[in-house]
Amino acid sequence: MKTASIKRRRRISNTLAYIVLIVLSVVWVFPIFWVVLISFRGESGSFTDYFIPKSFTLDNYINLLTDTSIFSYPTWFFNTLIVSVCACLLTTLITLSVAYVLSRMRFKLRRLYMNIALVLGMFPAFMSMIAVYYVLKTIGLTQSLTALVLVYSGAAGLSFYVAKGFFDTIPRSLDEAARIDGATNFQIFYKITLPLSKPIIVYTAMTAFMAPWADFIFARVIMGDNYEKYTVAVGLYTMLSRELIDQYFTQFAAGAVLIAVPITLLFIILQRFYVEGITGGAVKG
Amino acid sequence: MKSTGNIYTICKDGDFKTRLSFLIMGAGNLLRRQYIKGLLFLAAEAAYLFYMISFGWSGLYDLVTLGTVQQGSVYDPSVGFNVTVTGDNSMLCMIYGVLTLLLTACFLVIYYVNLKSAFYTQRLVEAGGRAPSFTDDLKQLLDQKFHMTMMTVPLLGIGAFTVLPLIFMILIAFTNYDRSHQPPGNLFDWVGLQNFRSMLWENDLLSGTFFPVLVWTLIWAVAATVSCYLLGIAVALLINKQGIRFKPLWRTILVLTIAIPQFISLLVMRNMLNRFGPINTLLQNAGLIDSALPFLTDVTWARVTVIVVNLWIGIPYTMLMTSGILMNIPTDLYEAARIDGAGPFKMFVKITMPQIWFVTAPFMITQFIGNINNFNVIYLLTGGEPLATDYYVAGKTDLLVTWLYKLTADEKDYNLASTIGILVFIISIVFSLIAYRRTSAYKKEEQFA
Repeated sequence: MKTASIKRRRRISNTLAYIVLIVLSVVWVFPIFWVVLISFRGESGSFTDYFIPKSFTLDNYINLLTDTSIFSYPTWFFNTLIVSVCACLLTTLITLSVAYVLSRMRFKLRRLYMNIALVLGMFPAFMSMIAVYYVLKTIGLTQSLTALVLVYSGAAGLSFYVAKGFFDTIPRSLDEAARIDGATNFQIFYKITLPLSKPIIVYTAMTAFMAPWADFIFARVIMGDNYEKYTVAVGLYTMLSRELIDQYFTQFAAGAVLIAVPITLLFIILQRFYVEGITGGAVKG
Repeated sequence: MKSTGNIYTICKDGDFKTRLSFLIMGAGNLLRRQYIKGLLFLAAEAAYLFYMISFGWSGLYDLVTLGTVQQGSVYDPSVGFNVTVTGDNSMLCMIYGVLTLLLTACFLVIYYVNLKSAFYTQRLVEAGGRAPSFTDDLKQLLDQKFHMTMMTVPLLGIGAFTVLPLIFMILIAFTNYDRSHQPPGNLFDWVGLQNFRSMLWENDLLSGTFFPVLVWTLIWAVAATVSCYLLGIAVALLINKQGIRFKPLWRTILVLTIAIPQFISLLVMRNMLNRFGPINTLLQNAGLIDSALPFLTDVTWARVTVIVVNLWIGIPYTMLMTSGILMNIPTDLYEAARIDGAGPFKMFVKITMPQIWFVTAPFMITQFIGNINNFNVIYLLTGGEPLATDYYVAGKTDLLVTWLYKLTADEKDYNLASTIGILVFIISIVFSLIAYRRTSAYKKEEQFA
């Protein structure tokens, strides 16, 4: 008798939970669904007073990829890809080095460095935007992809917290055993720590790879009006400016879908590492 | 390396060769046959002296004056008509000045290392040892001094792209570099604390913008952080509830918002909430409303809208973190509690919540600071609008950081932007100092040592 009532109560509460989850999922997917619809919409212009498009077409995608007279989406795409790959390599290297050193070695300025990093992180990022621009201008690098790579990975040495948290959880006894066998710190790093750190390497590389696809501030400041060197983010952002939105809204949607799909897939595949990355140090510790 | 002592002991106990290093860098090493190391020190000294004589001194002088000659046309008697004078560029004066200061700091470090190295070698030789060769030094860089190898590139990057620009912008806050003092046409100059005075009380327009924007920034940060945190935990509990199926599916759907770049999802949201956007269209077609809802055009509506839309972005992060924690709470804790007669609510309050709080407290702090500086959500969604006529180039939903951006990118009032930046920094640091001192994760850090 009693178990039956518990069962019934659980069934009711689970049904409620499913309803909430379904509502949430609809809310979460709705904007994404809408962009996909727009990207296939036959009618141009920004807004329509109906929701489902009257005609469907692939023209938005075709125009986006082939009509390169004013905006060249393929060029933007390859610019972003080059920048992402370079920034990803550089950032991963820098972040992991710093995190490893701070986690495993003890030296005089270690504590000071960590506190300074904390303090530097408190300044709003855009505050120094103009100064970064002038620094790049002084060394003659504005309006170039190299400048973007440098800007995206320049401060990587400050974002070591997650990786350090992960390294902290790798048992020190492994290091000590290797040291007894005569390994140097360098050998310990690349023969023992790195092979054990796959999740954090993937996490660091992934966040670094995704950043250039999302940044429209620094890229815009550095590239100015040089459309040829735009990244996808700046380019798509430009398409939605007040003067252009009516003409380019459907193409914007197509462009957005084209970059969101691979990034989302990549993210879903690597989600496990991401979760381990952000919770790793905290949960296991 | 530990026993090398400080400048004082080096002075006192150093022999002639070591003391010579005070004047000629690398002398101590050269005279003890560490030729490569010695030559490197010597080269550093020569390069620095050359730089200071050719550019450095004038650079430091310009940093004080920020340029004296204004661009313009001046009558030149030798040609008989007005000629254009290039004038000084205050911006470049400042950059080179700061650069010179940084280089000097680097030089002082190298200088100190040079002294220590000379003294260390002296001690070694005195003790009957052999001065380490250059190869020995290189080998050390892969072992005892591995941290130096690993930190060099990161530090260079931080120096060039974080510290240098930051020092520079902090200095700007003490100048009058605004829209009417733009180089190269005009010079700007030091004004001391004038900008802070104007911002905080002297100038009614500026302080009349700063304080309302500050209050809204704090309301926003608290509301956004707390709402995402609580609802994120609620959603995580829901997904991890016993008997709920397809857990990975629900999680993946929610996590989509993390994967899609924010400038896309938020711009899409902005258009969806537009007066002619699909949400209003759907509601009107369904006959639920007569006229379009002013999601982003009415002040109160807009403020609530940004907080609600932010849930769409923020819930997944908390959900992911909390899910990870929930899966790691040992089930025997719950069994023991059930045997003791605890209900689901009591178990949540006594077991689940303390566990979650323990791990996520530092995350809350970073989220709060992050929300104070949450540029994307506000800028992409409302652009700070609806506009306010009684504000100085800010709108009713502008945060300090979006106002800062507008002052930089649109208005070129760099001095005001920097002043706001410094004030935001002070606010952030105060909050985090209070909070970090209270969290256990911060105190625990050294346990790993």
